[in-house]
Amino acid sequence: MRSLGLSGPVLVAAGCGGTGAELARFGDLADLGGFVTRTLTLDPRFDHVNRISESPSGLVVEMGLPNPGVDAFCASELPLLVAAEVPVVVSLAAATLGEYAALARRIATAPGVRAVELCLGAADTGAPDQFAAREPFHAASVVAAVRRELPADVAVLAKVRLDLPRVVEASRTVVEAGADAVVVAHPLAALGERHSSGALCGPAAGPLARRALQEIRAQLPDVPTIACGGVGTPADVQDRLAAGAVAVQVGSANLHDPTTCFRLAAALRDRPVSDPTTGDDR
Amino acid sequence: MTNGADRRPVHVTADVVSAKRIGAFTHLTLRASGISERFRPGTFVALSHGADRSLLARRALWIHRVRTASAYGPCLDVVVDPVGTTTRWLAGLAVGASLELTGPLGRPFALPQEPVPCLLVGEGVDAAALFPLAERLRERGCPVHLLLGAEREDRLLSALEARRTVRAVTVMTADGSVGLRGSVADRVAESVRSSSAAVVYAAGSHATLRAAASAAVEQGAWSQVLVTPSMPCGTGLCHGCAVPVIAEHGAARTVRGCTEGPVFRGDRVRWDAMEVR
Ligand SMILES: Cc1cc2nc3c(=O)[nH]c(=O)nc-3n(C[C@H](O)[C@H](O)[C@H](O)COP(=O)(O)OP(=O)(O)OC[C@H]3O[C@@H](n4cnc5c(N)ncnc54)[C@H](O)[C@@H]3O)c2cc1C
Ligand SMILES: Cc1cc2nc3c(=O)[nH]c(=O)nc-3n(C[C@H](O)[C@H](O)[C@H](O)COP(=O)(O)O)c2cc1C
Ligand code: FES
Repeated sequence: MRSLGLSGPVLVAAGCGGTGAELARFGDLADLGGFVTRTLTLDPRFDHVNRISESPSGLVVEMGLPNPGVDAFCASELPLLVAAEVPVVVSLAAATLGEYAALARRIATAPGVRAVELCLGAADTGAPDQFAAREPFHAASVVAAVRRELPADVAVLAKVRLDLPRVVEASRTVVEAGADAVVVAHPLAALGERHSSGALCGPAAGPLARRALQEIRAQLPDVPTIACGGVGTPADVQDRLAAGAVAVQVGSANLHDPTTCFRLAAALRDRPVSDPTTGDDR
Repeated sequence: MTNGADRRPVHVTADVVSAKRIGAFTHLTLRASGISERFRPGTFVALSHGADRSLLARRALWIHRVRTASAYGPCLDVVVDPVGTTTRWLAGLAVGASLELTGPLGRPFALPQEPVPCLLVGEGVDAAALFPLAERLRERGCPVHLLLGAEREDRLLSALEARRTVRAVTVMTADGSVGLRGSVADRVAESVRSSSAAVVYAAGSHATLRAAASAAVEQGAWSQVLVTPSMPCGTGLCHGCAVPVIAEHGAARTVRGCTEGPVFRGDRVRWDAMEVR
């Protein structure tokens, strides 16, 4: 079992921590278990935006995947994250399997990356031009394409689409294809107030993510899971860890209060966890 | 990865020490230690609805004035235009109420090195951001002209206190109930000429910002405008506050209004590409 390379159970979710520098104004990134970048693509997406609207206890986010491209990220953002001594998880999305492989080759030579996270739901939640991993075998083919380009010490996390019951099948398939853990899960497609399409994030989506986690843990007890969706309080973190997740990701709660992830990490720090992050015990 | 320790924003619990209804707006004085001390004109605070926790996005307000020493300690003033759920809740707050505040956020106004004439164009509640700027410019010896407008008298910030700081004030309302009739957008070119402004600072509607930016270009002046897309976090985390600009090297870019702005050079904004609400 490969180490996930995380240094604690509380991570920042993809796209919810800026470039890292903005979040670092409110706490020490080194106190976090890991920082997942906003999703990066091969080419820059300078004119893409996130369109965000509110729904009761939720945010509907049209994820345009705005990002400077993987090369600019490696040149100007990655060194700051590495220097901040937080485990860096690079989130990736691509239009084709070939592009996924090219992204992985780029990351393979970037110093300091602990893991990549594959954004397998991108096509449904704001980036329709990206690879649509709607069937479990699609997701598995992405994992395989990326895994073979990466050095052994870089873990692969598959952020799967939150669709029951197939999320279980998808989790099994991506692990067979070489994923080291499953991120449960990429938020569901939703319709926001003023905008056409997006993904439902925040506490409103928490119960959906909990259910998916429960099903995966029940049917695939050996698959390491990272819970994502609706985590905002220490009780939420405890709940997901008790359900068997090795770590949690905190997303929109950081937008509401930029100190959230640091507070949650601090609340968990003294609590003994059964070595969630090294995976060595498996 | 620290950005100049003393200027970093803070997240604090503030409490209301004064609440005054003036016209359509409510002026709140908030005791917010850490924010006032770090304030520079053009920056803002982000806050959340304190009673309705189902609202997750934050709301931005200009910092209208700061007092680093008062009977209550460090305080800041905000002006609230009650247009929706959170702003109406704010306008109804009583003295003693508390709320979580993050700030100061955003890049502040750039100030001229020389004591050159400056024109400040402010419309409605957004003009609140210009008052502390006027004071800062006066300290630098810049002659300040203020063009202040609103739809109606009750949405006009008081020019009274400004008259002490600035050299000349022109007031306008859309219905002509106070001052000149019309909108500041239509008047700004003439004001740039008559004030011989070297720098134009503008806060207000899209039309006003755009008019100020183009008047400045025509007159060979610099402009600094406050762009206000919706800002779901205000802290640079979400990329949900897009502002289309022309970057230093001349390429078209879309940047975050809350971190790269809210102050932008008027000649750098791609006005046609901006989503107007
Ligand atoms: C940098 C910045 C500084 C601001 N400073 C002030 C200030 O000093 N005083 C003040 O009263 N307001 C200010 N605003 C506007 C204020 O943030 C919005 O009016 C507020 O978010 C509305 O929240 P609400 O919950 O009351 O309204 P909601 O119930 O969320 O919406 C009510 C209506 O307001 C519109 N709206 C929402 N956000 C904005 C926005 N940013 N600009 C224009 N319309 C909007 C909505 O589309 C809707 O029609 C500022 C905005 C920004 C970005
Ligand atoms: C503003 C915003 C931007 C996001 N951007 C991305 C992204 O680039 N890639 C991705 O995989 N998920 C993205 N997400 C989804 C989050 O990573 C997370 O899955 C989701 O917000 C659910 O977690 P939460 O309930 O804690 O918010 C984004 C979410 C938000 C709110
Ligand atoms: S408001 Fe979230 S990044 Fe600007």
